[in-house]
Amino acid sequence: MFVKIIAILWKDILTEFRTREIIVSVFVFSLLVMVIFSFAFGTGVDITESIAPGILWVALTFGGVTGLNRIFAVEKENSRLEGLMLCPVDRAVIYWGKLTASFTFMLAVAIVVTPIFLALFNLPLFLPGLALIIVLASLGFAAVGTLFSALAVNTRARDIMLPILFLPVVVPVIIAAVKATAPVLAGRPWADMLIWLQILIAFDIIYMVVATLVFGFVVEE
Amino acid sequence: MNKDVPAAATMAIEVEGLEKSFGEHRALRGIDLTVSRGECLVVFGPNGAGKTTLLKILATLMKPSAGRVLLDGVDIWEKPVEIRRRISLVSHQTFLYDDLTVLENLRFYGKMYDVADLEKRIREVISWVRIEPRLHDRAGTLSRGLQQRVSIARAVLHNPSLLFLDEPEVGLDPHASAMVRDVLGTVSSGNRTVVMTTHNLERGLELGDSIVIIDRGKIVYQAKRDKLSKADLRQVYNRYTEAGG
Repeated sequence: MFVKIIAILWKDILTEFRTREIIVSVFVFSLLVMVIFSFAFGTGVDITESIAPGILWVALTFGGVTGLNRIFAVEKENSRLEGLMLCPVDRAVIYWGKLTASFTFMLAVAIVVTPIFLALFNLPLFLPGLALIIVLASLGFAAVGTLFSALAVNTRARDIMLPILFLPVVVPVIIAAVKATAPVLAGRPWADMLIWLQILIAFDIIYMVVATLVFGFVVEE
Repeated sequence: MNKDVPAAATMAIEVEGLEKSFGEHRALRGIDLTVSRGECLVVFGPNGAGKTTLLKILATLMKPSAGRVLLDGVDIWEKPVEIRRRISLVSHQTFLYDDLTVLENLRFYGKMYDVADLEKRIREVISWVRIEPRLHDRAGTLSRGLQQRVSIARAVLHNPSLLFLDEPEVGLDPHASAMVRDVLGTVSSGNRTVVMTTHNLERGLELGDSIVIIDRGKIVYQAKRDKLSKADLRQVYNRYTEAGG
């Protein structure tokens, strides 16, 4: 099972490396959002805790939606999803392969975008707490986004359908990520963000379990 | 390979009372058929007759509304993962990833099927479909005919005992079509059971051991090939299908 998940991940990474369709579009979108907001609100110390976390997560969330749209679109072309579904694997293996790919792409973008964000707001570049929040929130986004990407790909208006389905469901992750990020950026102790980290972990687990169980129904005709 | 095959299973495919509806539309209306091991069954029928729906159900890509399908004596929806190890599908869609090379595509599918000694097996199948010189080219840069040959290599990589061919020659020029037909002749030989859908009556009659004609979701005619000439088949096809008025 693990070998097949890695095979799907590797196939997606190789395809993305050659086309750069997902990472470039997400990166450009996220960067634009951050730059626009930083000009709109300024970059003073007074907004570090109140507004800056929102800017980071709006950029990563909406950028993420752009990329998640492509995750299953590539399988839809040339009926590749049928090719995958013909393989002797449980549908959950396909979900986990695509989930790990979505997660990897979101992390790759965050690794580039976050230091730019921290530099724009004159914050230290090394914030382990923020790294942990990004990993947990990206996992939640990828867990829900992969499922809804598979659902939306079969609809005519998939570019519109994904955000409509994805954003309401992922709101708890966005709120928890924003709330956990604020104390980290303000330099407050870990204890202040602990409850939000627990919420993030809880939602990650719930989303992954539910999505694993329902994925087969979503992709089968 | 077929460790779960019941000893008594003599038929490769048994279809009983198969029905499939899409809303109000009944795509299949009670299909019954059997295919022996090693037999090549060709399914003819006009557009919308239900040929592709039948093949998609046999290939576990679609669940029927009613009826059941036994492949090698096993109900396909009781052990779908085990069944998928024994089957393969070639359609006019190649399932290939345009931005991966031919070799990368075959390696990917080989891993998904747990193919033992994968590199050796890839060398074997690419020699059958004669695509060695293009092995390191991206699939998207190949002609439609070459892509279809790679797709056939993909389909036989795990040595399936049942091969489903859904109009594999659609969209090919005569030369590419002849090449694909030649390759299909190679991979369909031996003990492999083949079910093929096609509009091409002559070609179907050449390849098939037996034929069925489907129209509006029902089998309207069934015969062994040796009982039919090309002219007979044309006449029968026209008589039994809407196309024939």
